[in-house]
Amino acid sequence: MDLNDSPEEAAFRAEVRTWLEDNAPADLRELSSPAALRDLPDAGPAKEWSAKLANAGYAGLTWPAEHGGRGAPLTFQGIYLEETAAAQAPSHLGVIGLGMIGPTIIEHGTDKQKQHLAKILRAEEVWCQGFSEPGAGSDLAGIRTHAEHRGNVFIVNGQKVWSSFAHISDYCMLLVRTGTSSDRHRGLTMLLVDLRSSGVDIRPIREMTGDAVFDEVFYTNVEVPAENVLGEVGAGWSVAMTTLGHERATLGFSLVGALEAQLQRVIEFARKRGVADPILLDRLAREAIEVEALKLTNRRMLAALSNGGTPGPEGSAIKLRWSLSNQRLTGLALELTGAAAVAPDEEWRYQLLRSRANTIEAGTSEVLRNVVAERVLGLPRSR
Amino acid sequence: MNFAFTDEQREFRDLARRFLQDTLPLDRVAAIADSAEGWDPSSWTDLADMGWLGATVAEDLGGTGLGYIEQAILLEELGRALYAGPYLSTILALPALGPDQQASVAVGEARWSIEVDGLVPDLDRVDCVVTADGATTAEGEMLASIDPTRPVGRLQVGGHTPLPGTTDRAVVLSGLASEALGVACRALEIGVEYVKERKQFGKAIGTYQGISHPLADTFSDIELAHSLVYAAAWTLSAEPAGALRAASIAKAFATEVAVAATERAIQVHGGIGFTWEHPLHRFYKRALWLQAFAGYPSELRGIVRDALLPQTGPHQAKGA
Repeated sequence: MDLNDSPEEAAFRAEVRTWLEDNAPADLRELSSPAALRDLPDAGPAKEWSAKLANAGYAGLTWPAEHGGRGAPLTFQGIYLEETAAAQAPSHLGVIGLGMIGPTIIEHGTDKQKQHLAKILRAEEVWCQGFSEPGAGSDLAGIRTHAEHRGNVFIVNGQKVWSSFAHISDYCMLLVRTGTSSDRHRGLTMLLVDLRSSGVDIRPIREMTGDAVFDEVFYTNVEVPAENVLGEVGAGWSVAMTTLGHERATLGFSLVGALEAQLQRVIEFARKRGVADPILLDRLAREAIEVEALKLTNRRMLAALSNGGTPGPEGSAIKLRWSLSNQRLTGLALELTGAAAVAPDEEWRYQLLRSRANTIEAGTSEVLRNVVAERVLGLPRSR
Repeated sequence: MNFAFTDEQREFRDLARRFLQDTLPLDRVAAIADSAEGWDPSSWTDLADMGWLGATVAEDLGGTGLGYIEQAILLEELGRALYAGPYLSTILALPALGPDQQASVAVGEARWSIEVDGLVPDLDRVDCVVTADGATTAEGEMLASIDPTRPVGRLQVGGHTPLPGTTDRAVVLSGLASEALGVACRALEIGVEYVKERKQFGKAIGTYQGISHPLADTFSDIELAHSLVYAAAWTLSAEPAGALRAASIAKAFATEVAVAATERAIQVHGGIGFTWEHPLHRFYKRALWLQAFAGYPSELRGIVRDALLPQTGPHQAKGA
């Protein structure tokens, strides 16, 4: 057991830190906020920043070298995410492409499909995912968006919802039904869809924050070449599970890194305001301890993965606790200003409202508790 | 960066768990607790034979020469088994003792305890006590401990003999945290086992989310507590400068987790969980004892709260 960086890890951490200090200019920092992306006429500056990250070798750190990655161990990805969060540096624009879609293409893709990988790394292509539907949220196997195989194309009809950043994306990894709805998860197929195709209609969803970073995407008789099937026809469920598994592997580091940065901002805010109320300070101390426990738990998960394990359902605990902690922290930030919080600081207003989605997105707290109850504790299924 | 047990540590834990499962099944825990003596003094010889009494004592003194990680593993397992005997008390005294005294602990000839905030755990089960003024014989008045398997008393005024060292608060807090982690794990196991079997409305009650979700919350509590507990144990030898902070937050967090875990386990048991017959109350009482001894979580979080405040500021002058 060693909680310190190995010499190689320490050297890499120092390299990342120095590079970020030299290369992340202050006016780019706002790019890390989803709020900023809403108003980008084109994602130009964010794409430039992402290309810079890729050229420096920080995109696809854990991807194999043959696909343009660095082939680095998972600990390096963890260190990179901790350091970018600590520096409050903007993340790569293609977080979904790098963390979820790229690894899925590497695992299931054809040689032709793998040509997307280099473009994902340099943010020349931005990708979104199309999984959830109005009638299929937590119950993903209930999706109805349909694809009919006709000659060498699939004709797609249906509606997806909560596709993050679809409005600035070039491609979508789309989960569709190619069998009947009674097939449930056996009748699903994964398609790679060019969002410039005719019949694709992307409509932003305005969220409670006032921003519109998520989209609804309507597909009306959209033709997708059959060569764009990722994996086998009918194997969409296992492809989707690969994607979600990759999300789980390093998601904890991104989330907890962001939470730690959030905690630091609340602490600085409390100091600036000279907050001395022991009750408020104790609640802040509780969150500081929670963040520390989450950071350490990430390291334990990473060690388990690096020692040959696979991302298991235990990771659900980190996402669950992260979301609750962020909600308490943002609420606390407003409370630190007292009654003046009726007209709060814009950043904290945004953060508080945005945090309501944390216990819903990427697995609701209730689904995560079901996962733990059934798959970790071995309790009987609730449905 | 490799936050994981070594293969040897995993084997050490499995061995300890098996030994305690065999020698201390739940019905025996209850029988021992309700016996006149309240613990089984013959178990002390077993602990000496297993090398557990001298786990952190140097090998040339007859100890096992292991580290604080292994010590934490043992305390977690003994907490899980609800061992009633002055093991924790004796272990916490070790840093204050000289080589000969440590050697006699390792072979099971001497039992020790420590005085913290005027309170001495297991006072009636040990020979000597480490106080701030040195060693003294274990004589005094017993109090009505919330946990009958972990008695507590106050020393009478008596003479002290000097000791080569002092107890280490970080070691104390880390030890208490480790035991609390074990209590929480066992409470979860007992709860899970019951809700798989117990049927109401035609289904195992663990099917209902009102039952399963609190148990899932205990699981995530334990995941985080485990990280803090073993980070603290690691810090004791690897980063002594940060040990007090790490141990304070581990004890604050893990004892709250143990109390919540036992409370949830009692709740999912329904009426049977409120009976003397069911063993859960014994784990609950140990959790409450661990939460209070050496400071409640709210007090222990002071080390974090103080660091949140700026070193100098107008409100500090106000407070003075």
